[in-house]
Amino acid sequence: MSDCHSCGSCAVAAPPPKLGKATRSHVVAIIGPPNSGKSTLFNRLTGLRQKVANFPGVTVEQRIGRARTSSDRDIVLIDLPGVYSLNPRSEDERVTHDVLKGEMKDAPKPDAVLLILDSTNLGRHLVLAAPILSLKLPTLVILNMADDLAHRGGNVDTAELASELGAPVALISAAKGDGVEKVLQFIVGTAGGTTSLAAPKVELPVLQDIPRCRQWARQVGVGAAYQAPAPPLWTRRLDAVFLHPVAGPLIFLAVVAGVFQTIFSGAKPLMDGLQAWIEHGSAWLGNALPEGIFRSMLVEGVGHGVGSVVVFLPQILLLFLFIGILEDSGYLARAALIADRTMAKFGLQGKSFIPLLSAYACAVPAIMATRTIESKRDRLATILIAPLMTCSARLLPYTLIIGAFIPERPLLGKLFGTQAAAMLGLYVLGFVAAIVTARLLKSSILKSERTPFMLEMPPYRMPTLRSLGLRLLDRSKVFLRRAGTVILAVTLVLWVLLHLPLQNGKPPEIEHSFAGMIGHTVEPVIKPLGFNWKIGIGLISSLAAREVIVGTLGTIYGVEDTGAQSMGLRQRLQSELTLGGAVALLIFFAFAMQCMSTIAVVRRETGGWKWPALQFAYMTFLAYLGAFITNQVVRSGFFT
Amino acid sequence: MTCLAASTDTDSMMQMSVNREFEGPKLPPPTPRTLAELKQGESGIIDRLDLPEDIARRLMELGFLPGHVVVPARSAPGGEPRVYRVDGSEVALRRETAARLILRPPSKSTGKIVKP
Repeated sequence: MSDCHSCGSCAVAAPPPKLGKATRSHVVAIIGPPNSGKSTLFNRLTGLRQKVANFPGVTVEQRIGRARTSSDRDIVLIDLPGVYSLNPRSEDERVTHDVLKGEMKDAPKPDAVLLILDSTNLGRHLVLAAPILSLKLPTLVILNMADDLAHRGGNVDTAELASELGAPVALISAAKGDGVEKVLQFIVGTAGGTTSLAAPKVELPVLQDIPRCRQWARQVGVGAAYQAPAPPLWTRRLDAVFLHPVAGPLIFLAVVAGVFQTIFSGAKPLMDGLQAWIEHGSAWLGNALPEGIFRSMLVEGVGHGVGSVVVFLPQILLLFLFIGILEDSGYLARAALIADRTMAKFGLQGKSFIPLLSAYACAVPAIMATRTIESKRDRLATILIAPLMTCSARLLPYTLIIGAFIPERPLLGKLFGTQAAAMLGLYVLGFVAAIVTARLLKSSILKSERTPFMLEMPPYRMPTLRSLGLRLLDRSKVFLRRAGTVILAVTLVLWVLLHLPLQNGKPPEIEHSFAGMIGHTVEPVIKPLGFNWKIGIGLISSLAAREVIVGTLGTIYGVEDTGAQSMGLRQRLQSELTLGGAVALLIFFAFAMQCMSTIAVVRRETGGWKWPALQFAYMTFLAYLGAFITNQVVRSGFFT
Repeated sequence: MTCLAASTDTDSMMQMSVNREFEGPKLPPPTPRTLAELKQGESGIIDRLDLPEDIARRLMELGFLPGHVVVPARSAPGGEPRVYRVDGSEVALRRETAARLILRPPSKSTGKIVKP
């Protein structure tokens, strides 16, 4: 398989350096159908030298990375959205089409294309080769999952396929790394300007005619002696379990409950460790710096504020690890299948399920992921309800308040306790609010005909450590960047507001500071919810981002506790809030739209302020009402 | 292209349920006419897609092309959506969509004996 006749011109040694061209980057686009292993190959080629960006003007996300090769030219790889064809209908396909044709504004036309196809399903995947080859760009046809193909008894003659297509062909396994050197050779070869495309042996079909394209693919496959592999035995066995009428839904629920328990208890030792380090660090800083305003700002503002947010990093990473495993293994598609009937009852389609699931991590990528929904009204409904799903930023206030107010007792042995149940309850609450809202929207302003649900079930695959690791690294960067920018800025502003106006040249009592005045101003409005003015300051600052409330309370208590022995955030909260107020605060966070990034992305996606404004008003109303009722109910329950 | 304008969803759903009640257990099993009528493990050959053009194109890209063999596999609890094996992959469809994929009558398909 590794003979390099198969990839025609890619077996050239590193080309002689060309000084004139060395300044412009060599752009290589990776394209392929969904589930062909595009991202795995992209990760393989770029490793840590990648970033996620948006195409200017549109919301489709692209990943850009640099490949390390022997070429002296800067090689830029673009990972394009997965598509089945180049007929531009969805936004994804339009972006892929425009980039490849060089019609995308501010995106360079690719100098070469890596077309990646699943070798275990070549018949159908080859259909995409027709429109790609007709672009006449230097193209390497990559047949991925070579290990799977061989293991399941399939075969293909890559040399024949190359001559059929008139383009070099490489059989690789991106997950294992086999054959990736051929891809690198091709990239280096094109960077040196040595590759040209031969005419395909079988004339390309009319691209609009799908049956003809499929016929063409079959002919090419026959020419290349393609033998389809046996069906994936393990996928069938696993589906017999995961899609079992009784066991399937039970496993689905068990997976969800297990994820929550692990997020809650599994992350605790890590978080405690991190907490100890941060306290240690800020104590050291306090001792090392001279007494004064600067020290106060660093220790109380930055240390308590940013520190109390950074502590949650392990928990966020665990959540993303689970989502990554579910997605990479192929289980997520099964979960969408199981959930479809429920989704249909609320007027949504199964395709809304995947963005909504990823909204459990963060509403921003979820809202961007709605672009795969073809129906405009379904898409809008999904965008509007996505922020009600419990995003990872809510984990921070949830964990803090639940830890402080809900006593831990075992419910199902040691595996599932009251705190995890409370957390699960909040997740369910967000989900119920989301689907009820969807129902309301779909039966009123966003009424439309049902659009069909079609979802490809990928074979189950073992998630690779490499791809999971890259996901977590990416997430850590995003989280820490936020902690270092938005949250740092908010806590610094807050610290200043807590220390002004000066009284006799000294910072005022917190009650009489600007922040205190703001808190007292809003107190009458939030008192019926069981919140005092300090929580009020927290709520206002958390309009920027939900997790800011933890940092804000950390800073307020940090300022209050100067000199005296500082109590933990939890103990402080226990003395600030009644049980009614605490539960009301949880409910408030479940419903309120406290996230500037989400508002910004909704504005961009919907093309105006109308929808985000409506959404913000609706969610704030829901949060206020929910918190009010909760506080009144819990309080009355306690006094009678 | 075999994409015809379609009647409304409710119409075809009604028809299906009526057919079921009538055909019951007494009569010999009727020849499945649409994908939705195929039982798990049976196979059928697609004749045409009775759906609006854009949806039909999507389905064809996923492998539901006239002449291709389709085998229903497992489904979500409650019987839908169901996974269909077609053209080397597995794709899940709701019953309302599967009911619009018209199968070839056995006389046109290969290897099946037709009763006179």
